[in-house]
Amino acid sequence: MTNNTTQFRFRHTVGERTFGFKSLAELMAKATPARSGDRLAGIAADTAEERAIAQMTLADVPLKLFLEELVVPYEQDEITRLIIDEHDAIAFAPISHLTVGGFRDWLLSDMATPSTLQKVRQGITPEMAAAVSKIMRNQDLILVSKKCHVKTAFRSTIGLPGHLSTRLQPNHPTDDLTGIAASILDGLMYANGDAVIGINPATDNVAQACRLMKMMDEVIQHYEIPTQSCVLTHVTNTIECIEQGAPVDLVFQSIGGTQATNDSFGFNLATLADAREAALSLKRGTVGDNVMYFETGQGSSLSANAHHNVDQQTCEARAYAVARKFKPLLINTVVGFIGPEYLFDGKEIARAGLEDHFCAKLLGLPMGCDVCYTNHAQADQNDMDNLMTLLAVAGCTFIMGIPGSDDIMLNYQTTSFHDAMYVRQALGLKPAPEFDQWLQHTHIFNDDQFTLNHKIPAAFEHSLTNMLKGN
Amino acid sequence: MKRIFPTHPTNDPVIENPWQRLREFTDARIGLGRAGVSVPTKHLLAFQLAHAQAIDAVHTPLNATELIHQLTQQSWSPPSQPFRLHSRAEHREMYLQRPDYGRQLNKASEQTLEDHAYLSDETYDVAFVIVDGLSALAIEENVLPFLNELVPTLTSGPAPWTIAPLCIVEQGRVAIGDHVGELLHAKCVVVLVGERPGLSSPDSMGLYLTWGPKVGNTDAYRNCISNIRPAGLNYPEASRKARYLLNEARTKQLSGVQLKDRTDESVIEHDNDNNNFLITKKKT
Repeated sequence: MTNNTTQFRFRHTVGERTFGFKSLAELMAKATPARSGDRLAGIAADTAEERAIAQMTLADVPLKLFLEELVVPYEQDEITRLIIDEHDAIAFAPISHLTVGGFRDWLLSDMATPSTLQKVRQGITPEMAAAVSKIMRNQDLILVSKKCHVKTAFRSTIGLPGHLSTRLQPNHPTDDLTGIAASILDGLMYANGDAVIGINPATDNVAQACRLMKMMDEVIQHYEIPTQSCVLTHVTNTIECIEQGAPVDLVFQSIGGTQATNDSFGFNLATLADAREAALSLKRGTVGDNVMYFETGQGSSLSANAHHNVDQQTCEARAYAVARKFKPLLINTVVGFIGPEYLFDGKEIARAGLEDHFCAKLLGLPMGCDVCYTNHAQADQNDMDNLMTLLAVAGCTFIMGIPGSDDIMLNYQTTSFHDAMYVRQALGLKPAPEFDQWLQHTHIFNDDQFTLNHKIPAAFEHSLTNMLKGN
Repeated sequence: MKRIFPTHPTNDPVIENPWQRLREFTDARIGLGRAGVSVPTKHLLAFQLAHAQAIDAVHTPLNATELIHQLTQQSWSPPSQPFRLHSRAEHREMYLQRPDYGRQLNKASEQTLEDHAYLSDETYDVAFVIVDGLSALAIEENVLPFLNELVPTLTSGPAPWTIAPLCIVEQGRVAIGDHVGELLHAKCVVVLVGERPGLSSPDSMGLYLTWGPKVGNTDAYRNCISNIRPAGLNYPEASRKARYLLNEARTKQLSGVQLKDRTDESVIEHDNDNNNFLITKKKT
């Protein structure tokens, strides 16, 4: 707050006091709902009042300005170039006259139908999505997300309204195949795994990735499960796996919203393009050809000291520009994994989860969420129940499924196989249609599709009997 | 074939999973059974207990007085009294939100080490820096037995290591070892730190080695040995790895990405085909 207003790009006067903001990036950071990561970066609003004023100021900014005033310089950053060079002016036309505040009203209005939202998608930049999210309440984020339908497919169809998929995450601290198989069985018996069966390898190299891919491929083929597998290893490892003839369904990569973040992750846009081409050449999808799987999370750019003083939520939204370019089957924010220095407690984690889901859906991505927390964050299972339920109401594409919420390899807690069953039953949500059919056909589900059969399905009885008898 | 699985509904609201016996192959919480589709009470409460222990591990302060007392009782303990140091993070709340403060010593601790270096003309091959990190429990349980295993093997032999006074740091993170090591003029620093507690491992200790400690060193300069605890990497094995890394670092005068741990070359075990029990050949 100051009376000397000449140095400010944006100004807002309340009574006799004038608040000023030097740049669009500064304005967006100060308008962001409070969180520890922006405080750590030293870019958060100093007072609650300054935050509220920044939100008012941001609401008056025309959407068009986001195409001119770039928060990360065009010359320095290939993601900025991607956002600007591939912006669709025709798709943008219906909303080009709006301010950020007007955009919120429009999104909530009856004018923004699912088909209209689909048409304007390519005209919305990540910064516009981030900006409007900052002045939306949680219920706004939920309601608009629900109107954004995003369908993708590989061996199952993901993202249809009324459906909620899960990633079966059978991690093991030594990648022991028996241990992994036990967790896969547990997950399948609890109707999980229609988005992907995805392993974070404990030993991260090409040989190990190939071994895990082969194992999962055998299971999927043997039981004819309409799902896909993924080993969450570095994209360059997966390219090597493909070259060595491994059965790669999906290519994974963690992505961030600035070029410098992705440099620190050891890849760039060209790497992702190569990987996608390689995976497409295998033609392993049966009902679709979305072959990429991305993970994101607020705070990754600051953590890599690559945030250009842009707030962590805006950096996160920019990662969705990267994802959108490569037509992923799945993308999820790993919202509570990074720790309390970025998202302090259950409240900040929940807000971030809803923002990430909203921004990604608005931009047209099949967004899921790793609803999770670490033991040094101020959060517990009740916080996860809340966020999971809110996201499922918002039409979240998928959540994680892990035995008893406890990832014994990554040492954090995420949603369990049971949690997925809870939220499907509470809200009447179904798994992907192909997987749903398989669950009924193998008698994992009872006929009503929401309760589990108490019997061991015949298809699994043989191998399980042998195992339990010690053969 | 005799059926070993239930085939009829029972009156018990909890439906057990016959595959719970597979837990002998994994610590994952599989085969919990279900009440409806939800976790049965007994497993719900067991989870709550594990989470409570992990939270307590994060928030319970290190009993530094007791630890220093115990350390000075050891035959291998350096003659000078250990230093009790503190980071710039004054308390746990600040520590959790300001990782940068946890990487720097506060003024008083900095002064203590500067005074020592000024008054002493000793040089040290290695400084052990014991840091509470995210689990004081891990430090209290593992530091002493681990150092008992490692230090005597370093101070004996043809090229014995000279060891700096032991340093205990409260509210510290890994990189604070560089600050301590630099001020002590130690050639090498070994940080022992309480790792982020997992639900099944609230007491896991990590070791980070840096040759030529200097403020501002990144992770690329460090070698790490993780999960040191009886139920994880046991003390003799952890000590063997640490000794290997220390000797390699001294020989090559470096640490980090250029120094590979080759103590376990055969990372990928030879799997036999039966490891994946989900794929079995049908016997008739």
